[in-house]
Amino acid sequence: MTIAIQDTTVRSPTNLALHGRIAKYGLLGLALLAYPLMASDFWIVQIGAQTLFMGTIALSLMWLGGYGGMVSLAQLTFAGVAAYMVAVFGVSNRPDISLGWEWWAAIPVALLIATAFATITGMLAARTEGIYTIMITLAIAVAFSLFCRQNYAIFNGFAGFAGLKPPSLFGLNLRAPLPFYYLSLAFAAAAYAGVVYVTRSTFGLALQAVRDNPRRMRAIGFNVYAHRVAAYAMSGLLAAVGGLLLAWFNGRISPGSIAAGPCINVLVMAVLGGMVHPVGPYVGALVFILLQNFAIDLIDPERFNLVIGVAFLIIVLASPDGLVGLWQRMTRRRSEGPSSQR
Amino acid sequence: MQRAERLKSVASSNALELSGVSRVFGALVAVDNVTFSVTAGERRAILGSNGAGKTTLFNTITGDFPPSNGRIRFFGEDITELPPYERIRRGLRRTYQNSQLFRGLPVLDNLYLAVRGVGRRRMSLLRPGEDHPARIAARQLAHAIHLEEVADRPVSELSHGQQRQLEIGMALAGAPRFILFDEPAAGLSPAERRELVDILKALPSHIGFIIIEHDLAVALQVAETVTVMHQGRVFKHGLPADIETDPEVQKIYLGGRHG
Repeated sequence: MTIAIQDTTVRSPTNLALHGRIAKYGLLGLALLAYPLMASDFWIVQIGAQTLFMGTIALSLMWLGGYGGMVSLAQLTFAGVAAYMVAVFGVSNRPDISLGWEWWAAIPVALLIATAFATITGMLAARTEGIYTIMITLAIAVAFSLFCRQNYAIFNGFAGFAGLKPPSLFGLNLRAPLPFYYLSLAFAAAAYAGVVYVTRSTFGLALQAVRDNPRRMRAIGFNVYAHRVAAYAMSGLLAAVGGLLLAWFNGRISPGSIAAGPCINVLVMAVLGGMVHPVGPYVGALVFILLQNFAIDLIDPERFNLVIGVAFLIIVLASPDGLVGLWQRMTRRRSEGPSSQR
Repeated sequence: MQRAERLKSVASSNALELSGVSRVFGALVAVDNVTFSVTAGERRAILGSNGAGKTTLFNTITGDFPPSNGRIRFFGEDITELPPYERIRRGLRRTYQNSQLFRGLPVLDNLYLAVRGVGRRRMSLLRPGEDHPARIAARQLAHAIHLEEVADRPVSELSHGQQRQLEIGMALAGAPRFILFDEPAAGLSPAERRELVDILKALPSHIGFIIIEHDLAVALQVAETVTVMHQGRVFKHGLPADIETDPEVQKIYLGGRHG
């Protein structure tokens, strides 16, 4: 008897929530698929595609920070490693350096090296906590950017590499606005789905438990350090996926695109959107990129960073968990409203 | 050969044996030459005023702090040098005086992780289905600690009493053989204390435990034997009825409340 009663009370709300979630994702998916049909090339690529791949790089930080409790400033560095490696192993304007491998060989190798780089960074950073993690990852980010600028044999120094482009599949030019947008959307969707899935896996749950209480995790038999390093490895893979698109979008990769400033921008995006849900980094990237593109219209080009800074301060002060946190609190209040009035 | 085997069987009838265990922090001797044993399935209460060394003794047994001196045997095996996770895999569990839970996760996920911690493939990237053995074990644990109805709620939404119950549930995961309870009744209401006593009494009889408890009523209801600690040493050992009426114990522990 009791079992039957529990079944109905427990299952029907989760079913409703599941249907609601499917409907929400379906609508969002349709909107994202249909978006380029009613937008100009500028809005498709400069805003749309860039939001998707910068959001994916910021997602790699949200995964590490939101679920793992570790804030890293080296996420764009991992993306940069992938971008450089696809230039070194694939095709670029420097055939004397680039090995000219086919895309199906160059891309996996680039992703693998970026993931390995992130793993090693994790092995160093996961021994530290809080502010020291931020400092050590910032040091790695700056060191890598400076190394690339000074090394001409592999990284071609200050100029970096140009002439990078996505592979052409089935005669399709993936650099054209519409295909590039859909390519970015596919990569972003895969990264997002991957994070959402892994979050509820044994590893994902364990990572969140490490964030909440590492002492208890040790006491119930888990290796806390190994979980933290593995979280870095996964964040490296996510960032590397975004890094490939970044390289193809710019057509080039150079030390300037992975310097300290752009690295910190990734943190700004993740915090703007909120580290409480994997959709946050995409929202943050959208707001950031809109500000970056249109702040110039509001203020002279020398000072557009001021507008971004002020917007960042307002959002973070109003809502420490970003725009998604603000949204969650508003919808929760609305749904709790009637019951509290009763 | 025969003698060795007999010795082994004698040793393994003791769940826990401490011989000459001390723990020193600088000039402070927190645990001072403690020797006692607890047989398998026995339920023991450790009483003592604050600073008597009870929690430090737990920390030396679980390996959180290794003892400065002495040996610790667990079911006949010397575990003095083992790291904490190796002791856990041998069936030793503990709860904490201040709840150490995963506040951002639901009750069921807390229990699920405690079950997975002692098993294999702890870093699996697969989602466990609700029919996964560890998931089923977690649901059974939620039932055993009377938290079935809040199993899907995050720990941060639980009452203090419910968090204390979950703290016990975490220690029950994955075939424990012996549990150290560190003041499980701290901060509980009378009703919650009764629920705690029910949970402890319902434990399978092969699971022995040591309970540190300030509430004598709780301790004496669940314990078969009592050890009183004072200033890091074992002060007295006996049956609950004798300890309750012992004038010396009353003097140091109860502050003469009964006489």
